[in-house]
Amino acid sequence: MMSGNANDISRRGRIGLLIGLALLLIAPFIGLYPVFMMKALCYAIFACAFNLLLGYTGLLSFGHAAYLGAAAYATGWLVRSGGLTPELGVLAGTVIAALCGLAVGLIAIRRQGIYFAMVTLDMAQMIYFVFLQAPFTGGEDGLQGVPRGKLFGLIPLADDRLLYYVVLAVFVAVFLFIIRIVHSPYGQVLKAIRENEPRAVSLGYDVDRYKLLAFVLSTGIAGLAGSMKTLVLGFATLSDAHWSLSGEVVLMTLLGGMGTFAGPVIGAFTIIGLQNFLADQVGSWINVIIGVIFVVCVVAFRRGFVGELLAWQQRRNKG
Amino acid sequence: MEIFGIPIQAFLGQLLLGLVNGSFYAMLSLGLAVIFGLLGIVNFAHGALYMIGAYVAFVALDSFGINYWFVLVLAPIVVGALGVVIERTLLKHLYKIDPIYGLLLTFGLALIAEGMFREKFGVSGQQYPVPELLQGATNLGFMVLPNYRAWVVVASLTVCLGTWFLIERTRLGAYLRAGTENPALVQAFGINVPVMVMLTYGAGAGLAALAGVLAAPVIQITPLMGSNLIIVVFAVVVIGGMGSILGSIITGVALGLIEGLTKVFYPEASSIVVFVIMAIVLMIRPAGLFGKEA
Amino acid sequence: MKLSKISSACALAVASLLGTSAQAQISGDVIRIGFITDMSGLYADIDGPAGAEAIKMAIADMGGAINGKKIEVLVADHQNKADVAAAKAREWFDTQGVDMLIGGTSSGTNLAMAKIALEKKKAFISVGAATSALTNEQCSPYTVHWAYDTVALAKGTGNAVVKSGGKSWYFLTADYAFGAQLQNDTSTIVKAAGGTIVGSVKHPLSASDFSSFLLQAQSSKAQILGLANAGGDTINSIKAANEFGITKTMKLAGLLMFINDIHSLGLKATQGMYLTDSWYWNRDADARGWSRKFFEKVKRMPSSIQAGDYSAALNYLNAVKATGSDDADKVLAQMKKTKINDIFAKGGYIREDGRMVHDMYLMQVKTPAESTEPWDYYKVAETFKGDSAWTSKAESKCALWK
Repeated sequence: MMSGNANDISRRGRIGLLIGLALLLIAPFIGLYPVFMMKALCYAIFACAFNLLLGYTGLLSFGHAAYLGAAAYATGWLVRSGGLTPELGVLAGTVIAALCGLAVGLIAIRRQGIYFAMVTLDMAQMIYFVFLQAPFTGGEDGLQGVPRGKLFGLIPLADDRLLYYVVLAVFVAVFLFIIRIVHSPYGQVLKAIRENEPRAVSLGYDVDRYKLLAFVLSTGIAGLAGSMKTLVLGFATLSDAHWSLSGEVVLMTLLGGMGTFAGPVIGAFTIIGLQNFLADQVGSWINVIIGVIFVVCVVAFRRGFVGELLAWQQRRNKG
Repeated sequence: MEIFGIPIQAFLGQLLLGLVNGSFYAMLSLGLAVIFGLLGIVNFAHGALYMIGAYVAFVALDSFGINYWFVLVLAPIVVGALGVVIERTLLKHLYKIDPIYGLLLTFGLALIAEGMFREKFGVSGQQYPVPELLQGATNLGFMVLPNYRAWVVVASLTVCLGTWFLIERTRLGAYLRAGTENPALVQAFGINVPVMVMLTYGAGAGLAALAGVLAAPVIQITPLMGSNLIIVVFAVVVIGGMGSILGSIITGVALGLIEGLTKVFYPEASSIVVFVIMAIVLMIRPAGLFGKEA
Repeated sequence: MKLSKISSACALAVASLLGTSAQAQISGDVIRIGFITDMSGLYADIDGPAGAEAIKMAIADMGGAINGKKIEVLVADHQNKADVAAAKAREWFDTQGVDMLIGGTSSGTNLAMAKIALEKKKAFISVGAATSALTNEQCSPYTVHWAYDTVALAKGTGNAVVKSGGKSWYFLTADYAFGAQLQNDTSTIVKAAGGTIVGSVKHPLSASDFSSFLLQAQSSKAQILGLANAGGDTINSIKAANEFGITKTMKLAGLLMFINDIHSLGLKATQGMYLTDSWYWNRDADARGWSRKFFEKVKRMPSSIQAGDYSAALNYLNAVKATGSDDADKVLAQMKKTKINDIFAKGGYIREDGRMVHDMYLMQVKTPAESTEPWDYYKVAETFKGDSAWTSKAESKCALWK
């Protein structure tokens, strides 16, 4: 699996990331619709979480939406019917998603490689059906009317622009956290597992433990994305746990660049943007377009945007 | 008359419906196992090929007046040819790299197929009439059994056992199995392995399409009918293990029956019982019930 | 070289700009109606794109403009997903200057849209949805429920079937807001009329195979199989019931049926069935005249929902004309004091709880022999005048109507 330079972000990389951050900071003032931006940021968090597992650990979790959905429903219910303040609701959602991840991880770890992917898909489908039946989720109608409430009980979040900066802050925190994990000794072991698992085992690492922890971290952060999304949009529905979303997050990561930091973010914005922009014009063709992008990426564009850019840069440096 | 407090007609009726579903699970997991065995690709598009088979039957009847019996042969050929094209143009690039790419590519293909059919036919289903010869029902006393469903069980199990025989007991099957273990050696013996691979994928696709035609009069033909089914079939192959053909068949039928039983006693759990069993099997015997690999 | 990293940041910006439209001025210069319904799924025939055509007919009948301001309609497909409907409604109100929302089929989506309209203080007229909750537990000063609801359906078909001898019932219910509400309201009526509910089973929306649910129904030995579903689901339940011989031992009661369903199934399979509806194209000369115009555009006779779309849009636009404003509060106030007299309803009016009160009809499907022309499927068995068809004040839980 190709990766970008996971060990160090060059000075140029840092400048690029700062420019991206600056753009995000001024977004509401240059006419971008805050609700769209918040939705894209939530899915960017989701894609970053997924990338931690696929790009940096080498594990394909093909049912990752289940954790986003679990947190979305948990937060939605706790804030709407349980009276929790938003930050506690989000925290609870994240924890619940991580617990789901722990349960699924313990089972899925029993198989490697492509079987792991199949098992995660099926466990996620099981979770989806549980949500479909459970009364508190509202089934097909979804869990609606989730209030935004007051952050810490003090700051009302009803205003779109204010909430946007809260979401942006969370996004930046998650982004930095993931960089931290990847550069830590733990992250180095994950990289070793991705590149040559038998060797890591022979070096004495309890590989299953490392993989499980990565899985729990990834599902927890995916849950964080789901919780935030519920606050922003005010509802949690079955779409949040559906296998098509699981497929989309793979595409976001693949398209943007697996194993890079900015890749998943760019992939998320691109896919969400495409869906928003094209959905009205093209109807069902959007699925075809997503499918075509998938096929093209797998056959000819495996490194994704950022991956290709980095590879091109490296070639230029050498030549 | 009652069994465990359930009237016998309800009990046996659900069991019979479960057998019908089980035959479809068996047919599809068989195709998946054969393709994975030889190509190393987990074919997510298998569900889409099944769906296309059903639509071929529908369009053949609706627009060209081709009846069910012809299309039972026609659809597998058409979809098989499509499979061959897919293998030659796309799949062959993926054999040397990580198997997840095969899964992702076929996932993308499934999305494309679903999107296109959705655009053409909409999401709500199309109806396909039961062929005249098989219409009507037989009153078995404990339930009224539509004749068509009996036919489906017989036909699909025959095809499954025929495929098993072909792979396990004939020369062609021997080449196939050898090609799975050691393609280079088999190639050295003069067997054209790439052609064999291509035809295998085509045959797998044809098998899926056949299942689709068999299913057409029974369920709503919708663009999404394949993907929801294939996710369950994945569980079937994980439970059964992809090493054994007979294992796939037995597991598929057994799971269909268990699903039917669940609908009798605890209907709410019927959509997840297969996944629960998968989880249990993984904890006890990770390689699967009939699996050879660890 | 900074170019590579700058370009990745630019890709981010471009993607964002692509995906969103800049904040539009909330225009006072164009009157915009938003229409969100199921365009391609199991309810596409009874409302869907033809419903959008009906709204366009209303706009054309108004002359395309009011006091020089153009009238526009925006159309979207919610695919029966509440989140898609709510997100689209929110986006339209925030960025596209939509003044009023018409809700198409599916109760779950309409409940979600009603909430958004309440939050944004814009008018929302629900035409296609059935759930009586829109004017009951979840009533709002901005919601108007135009055509029909589950209470009216229950009072109509429920009573008729019990009176004709169907005392024991088993329900086959679509598993979402609409199905549950319809089953609830019908059970209340059946029990009040002296009938019994033997049991029920829920099926997923747009189910592909009804056989196992029907087996459960059959083993219940009830006289009546109440179909608390609609559109494609009803059609498939009836087909499967015939296939399994259920119709030999149980009678089918289609609790929500539209003329498109009858057309799909044919008179042979449906003759004699009772159904309750808000309108019929062959009801009177006015309805016939409009329906023929509709037929020319769409090649099908209109369902009651499509006629409702036309009527809702027309009455809204008339109110806009009368008040000279597109402010939701003013227009709604005007609508609530104006009687509705058009091809859809005669002497209709909007109640405090948002219910548009008008006559409902109990109809019976003709036999093939009785039908004199294509789409001539119904005979009117009973007319429920005005208030008697709907939830009464005593039964209502709406806080706005005390």
